[in-house]
Amino acid sequence: MKTQTKSVDIDRSAGDFAYPEVHVRDAGAGLSEKTVHYISDVKEDPDWVREFRLRGLKTFLEKPLPTHWASKDLETINFDKIRYYLAPGTGAKRSWDEVPEDIKRTFERLGIPEQERKFLAGVEAQFDSEAVYSNIKKAVGEQGVIFVGSTEGLKNHPEIFRKWFGKVIPIGDNKFSALNSAVFSGGSFIYVPPGVKVKHPLQAYFRINAENFGQFERTLIIADEGSEVTYMEGCTAPKFNTTTLHSAVVELIALKGAKIQYITVQNWSANVFNLVTKRGLAHENAEVKWIDCNIGSRLTMKYPSVVLKGRKSRGEVLSIALANNGQHQDTGAKMIHAADETTSNIISKSISVGTGRATYRGLVHVPNHLKNCKNNTECDALLINSTSRTDTYPAITVRGTGNAVQHEASVSQVSAEQIFYMQQRGLSKAQAMSLSVNGFVNDLVRQFPMEYSVELKRLIELEMEGSVG
Amino acid sequence: MKKALTIENLRVTIADQEIVRGLSLAVPRGEVHAIMGPNGSGKSTLAKVLAGHPDYQVTAGSVTMDGENLLELEPDERARKGIFLAFQYPSEVPGVTIANFLRAAVQSRLPEGEELEATDYYAKLYEKIELLGMDRSFTSRAVNEGFSGGEKKRTEILQLAMLEPKYAILDETDSGLDIDALKTVAHGVNSLRGPDIGILLITHYQRILNYIVPDHVHVMVQGRIVRSGGRELALELEERGYDWAREGAAEPVFTR
Repeated sequence: MKTQTKSVDIDRSAGDFAYPEVHVRDAGAGLSEKTVHYISDVKEDPDWVREFRLRGLKTFLEKPLPTHWASKDLETINFDKIRYYLAPGTGAKRSWDEVPEDIKRTFERLGIPEQERKFLAGVEAQFDSEAVYSNIKKAVGEQGVIFVGSTEGLKNHPEIFRKWFGKVIPIGDNKFSALNSAVFSGGSFIYVPPGVKVKHPLQAYFRINAENFGQFERTLIIADEGSEVTYMEGCTAPKFNTTTLHSAVVELIALKGAKIQYITVQNWSANVFNLVTKRGLAHENAEVKWIDCNIGSRLTMKYPSVVLKGRKSRGEVLSIALANNGQHQDTGAKMIHAADETTSNIISKSISVGTGRATYRGLVHVPNHLKNCKNNTECDALLINSTSRTDTYPAITVRGTGNAVQHEASVSQVSAEQIFYMQQRGLSKAQAMSLSVNGFVNDLVRQFPMEYSVELKRLIELEMEGSVG
Repeated sequence: MKKALTIENLRVTIADQEIVRGLSLAVPRGEVHAIMGPNGSGKSTLAKVLAGHPDYQVTAGSVTMDGENLLELEPDERARKGIFLAFQYPSEVPGVTIANFLRAAVQSRLPEGEELEATDYYAKLYEKIELLGMDRSFTSRAVNEGFSGGEKKRTEILQLAMLEPKYAILDETDSGLDIDALKTVAHGVNSLRGPDIGILLITHYQRILNYIVPDHVHVMVQGRIVRSGGRELALELEERGYDWAREGAAEPVFTR
């Protein structure tokens, strides 16, 4: 049986719409020192931040694109055409009523205020470069939890911000972390005081609305000793004919005994280059868990990492990537063991549809002097069509005698017979595909919070609906 | 006119080879027809063609269900209109539980916008599970994944019971079953017999016909029905072998 493919009609998905631009702050197209100064001026950056940005710019310009190992498609990004800072200039409001109507309707259409009422402890909504709304439930705020945009965090909580900012991911970590360091704006700043357990998730929603635009949010989350927090981020952009760039940096710090769970629900349109650096630092007995789901985008490069710095710390990456026609999901995980008795777990599932390509890159590092470290890595790939592609590059270095690793990988295909069988029970071809894909990710999705797994299931259905002729 | 699944002068090829060569047969509702035949006679091809398998080309003839042309419908449309095929070799659907799979199948039969009532669904599922002597926990296993031959066949009959088709085609449902499993499966099928369903039972051996007693028996050789008769034809065939049946192959006997 032949499965016909055609390009996915992203128009079906809820995120594909754009209202006219409303920006009063615009750094213009192209990147130079002037751009950086414009951003620093508008944001009233302290001098150390301005210098940090300039160092970022220098490093970005010096570093080559990583095309010696990554996709040559990166070369098609025209950095001179991109606009690096666009903001409505309203600041972040505490109430949806104060958010300008034309921006508010975007988030209403995405269902954010409704979700906030239902199950979230706090919400930040970013529109292009800046947060337009940020609010936290009163009871959570009273416990001393800080949840604001990074611009506001830098301004109002410099003592915590400066201590950790850029410490987990240095400017020169890679070309795109350097770019983010130069022009970062928006993203969340979260601080959870010792012993405070935030019951409901805090959510940020990153919305790109403008064409030829780059979004460079910077998120910093610090969970103080014994605290717990779950953070969810959602991202969408309309489908433009031109390239949109999203290049975030996310730094997590889990102090002794703290737990951070970071969940990404990403549904970029097919013109977005999504080049994100995410890393967590786990102190003694702390836990950092990334749940990362990548749907959409033209090229995603993202390898959430955990540096297991303290004894008995734990790191986990659970990821799902769906590469549809013309898309490349280059994702994976890194676990850097740097203390005894640290454990890490990576479970990665990818689905390639049509001409979609999924690449898994993993890095697990356990040096010689450590004892009783454990890593488990599982990566499974599902191919839907004969034109679909998957590659796996696991790099596991484990030295020393007292450490254990386990690695499993599999590639499977949805067979024509399986689809016929399901059709014979009454399911359409698209329903059969989507149920097969959901079956493939099922055991992983079961570990996700309820609201997230429902959303993910819906996104997979939308993608699969468009992928069969 | 009596409602029936009607096949007329059907010819089917796969990869330019003709497998079904002018076959005619009518299975009215309320009746059980058995097709017996040696390996390679085209029995399973017939089953797959009725269900709409895309690998086969129908080159001549017609198949209608209660007067409606079946051949121009997609496999899932045929299924929703009331054709059920119990597969000889059912596929695995990894990660999808029997309960969820059947739920999606039942849901697909509801009108657009109508949502299946979960409690009613599970009540019915558990009733059918008991009918087939299976444990409820079975429904939370992934469809056919790691199932024994007997478990697979029982799962097919469970689906048949849940989906309540107008016409069911059972393709070698008896193969690979021990006598106890065969009895359970036969009990399940017999309990579904009634005026609203026509059953086409495809088998190599007459053994299953001791448990599911057919109203009519047809012998298929080289893509045609060569003999038709009552229950006793199966016994005669068992005694005399397919060579005897082949003797009639030169002059096909059509039944209506």
